[in-house]
Amino acid sequence: MQFLIRGFVLIDEPLVSLSPRQMAWRRFAGHKAALICTAILSFLVLAVIVSPLTARYGVNQSVKAPPNSYLPPSKLAWLGTDDIGRDLYSRLIYGTRVSLLIGLFSAFISVFVGCVVGAVAGFRGGRFDDVVMRITDLFLAFPFLVALLVVRNMFGSIKWLTYIIGDVSSLRFIIFLLSFFGWMGVARIVRGQVLALKEREFIEAARASGASRAYIIKRHLLPNSIGPIMVALTFSVVGAISGEATLSFFGYGPQPGAGATSLGLLVGQAKGAVQTGFWWIALFPCLVLVVISLCINFIGDALRDATDPRMDAGK
Amino acid sequence: MFRFALRRSAWAIPTLLLVTFLVYIALRMGTDPLASYMRSNPRATHTKIEQYKKLNGLGSNYVTGYFSWLKNFVTFNWPRSIKGSREVWPELKDAIANSARLGIAATAVGVSVGLGIGIFAALRPGGKRDVAVNTVAFVGISVPPYISAILLQLVFAVYWSKWFGNSLFPTSGVYPPGQDGFDLVLMIKHMALPTVVVAIQVIAVYSRYMRSSLLDVLNSDYMRTARSKGLSEFRILMRHGVRNALIPVITIAALDIGAIVGGLIITENIFDYPGTGKYFLSAFGNGDFPLLMPLMVIIVASVLLFNLLADISYAVLDPRIRLD
Repeated sequence: MQFLIRGFVLIDEPLVSLSPRQMAWRRFAGHKAALICTAILSFLVLAVIVSPLTARYGVNQSVKAPPNSYLPPSKLAWLGTDDIGRDLYSRLIYGTRVSLLIGLFSAFISVFVGCVVGAVAGFRGGRFDDVVMRITDLFLAFPFLVALLVVRNMFGSIKWLTYIIGDVSSLRFIIFLLSFFGWMGVARIVRGQVLALKEREFIEAARASGASRAYIIKRHLLPNSIGPIMVALTFSVVGAISGEATLSFFGYGPQPGAGATSLGLLVGQAKGAVQTGFWWIALFPCLVLVVISLCINFIGDALRDATDPRMDAGK
Repeated sequence: MFRFALRRSAWAIPTLLLVTFLVYIALRMGTDPLASYMRSNPRATHTKIEQYKKLNGLGSNYVTGYFSWLKNFVTFNWPRSIKGSREVWPELKDAIANSARLGIAATAVGVSVGLGIGIFAALRPGGKRDVAVNTVAFVGISVPPYISAILLQLVFAVYWSKWFGNSLFPTSGVYPPGQDGFDLVLMIKHMALPTVVVAIQVIAVYSRYMRSSLLDVLNSDYMRTARSKGLSEFRILMRHGVRNALIPVITIAALDIGAIVGGLIITENIFDYPGTGKYFLSAFGNGDFPLLMPLMVIIVASVLLFNLLADISYAVLDPRIRLD
């Protein structure tokens, strides 16, 4: 047992050295809300992955013979039924699966592209940096929905592009579209990080020992920005999920084949349900969407606190 | 200072031209103006079609087409809408006026409440009320505007009338059907719910900005100096704290115009409010090129204008910033 003297007080605790990753993990674990959110989210993801087991009916299956439309929540259908008698609970599970898929895929693509562009722009500087950041600023300042719809139609009208990314109503197209807008925010974060890092001594040392630009970016700059990148990833997932939901809400979203659904489509049905007073149609899909984005936002915030070395001050 | 503002403004014009050119291409590819014209007017004569093509600059390739559209646009020789052949400007003007009213009301409510609770949270970082404000802000960010709109409608319009017999706030429009002329009370009643929906987003964002900005300022050296001079706590907070903390917040506010307009578009549509959001979505659904282009020009111009204002206000407010 080692004794450590801090100030004039003898402290009876062993001296343990922690790696930055362990320190980050400790800080993350100290964040109660984030832990609860992680638990809820993992539960949701698990339930959605094994959806044939957790869903009680098929996507298109009605709970019983007609009359079965707009049944309030009951034992037969836990969260009620929709206009043609399908179980809302089961549809929510299938819909969440599609939405999470869209969110994860387009977040990964956005983060990958954003990292490459941001790192190159920040490291090279000059004309390339100016142009990329100007474009990014403009797009980020533009009303999101307007830009999304206009660009959606433009991509949809380019014939050779639709062979690669599919029709406007396919999942692939939506993932591509959301990634097209998603990378800019990430690029800006990564660029800022790279600008701060590139003046540091270890980068200078790497350059002095003859490392190439690509090598420095790959081995030094990106690994050292992993914290902000992880945070950007979580926010990208939320952004993509709510982007899909917004598009679907206004009827410009994906039409997943064979009656499959998505969270956005389910929330879109809520619009009509308000006037008629079928509250379960409106409430439950909205609740799932809010819980998912709330959880991911909380986790992202805790990750930011955990990986930001400045948080160490005073502790 | 003046030269800086002038130079930045001069840059805005080529940017405006370039961006509207890109929007022109995107809309021409995306909405296929000729086909949507034929769809809405199946019996149009040949001369009508030629005139439509000429006014919108659709006859030739993108570059010459853009310039002939631009010429008609700046000389106010605007083409009529595809559907119903309506004048564009009166409709656009009304839409912008309605949106501006809603947007200004929501921003005023949102910014004042947001800044207030941001300051409130920053005074005791880590305390109970800080945690409460933080949580509220998080919920506000995580709830998309269409969801809060639906829930508010459900509670205040549908269920309120079921429980208490009268509907507290109407869910659509600016006036009830049949009402003509100006009526302030009715207007405020109709605007209440949409204003709250947009304001929630603004509050969530600004309380966080204000909190972190004020925390930065409160930890700085000149705050200690002010305190050691013996100024009162309130005066320290207002004169030295909040005033300095507002600098980055104002800059961000000017850049946020896009987010507010985006929130307006979604909200207006749900509440059937006749602003630019409804205008945009119905025009977009019809592929109505003559209606869409002027709106896009105005959106792009206002985004650029507010970008400019952000830059200039930053330079004006913070004397530490050196220009050139």
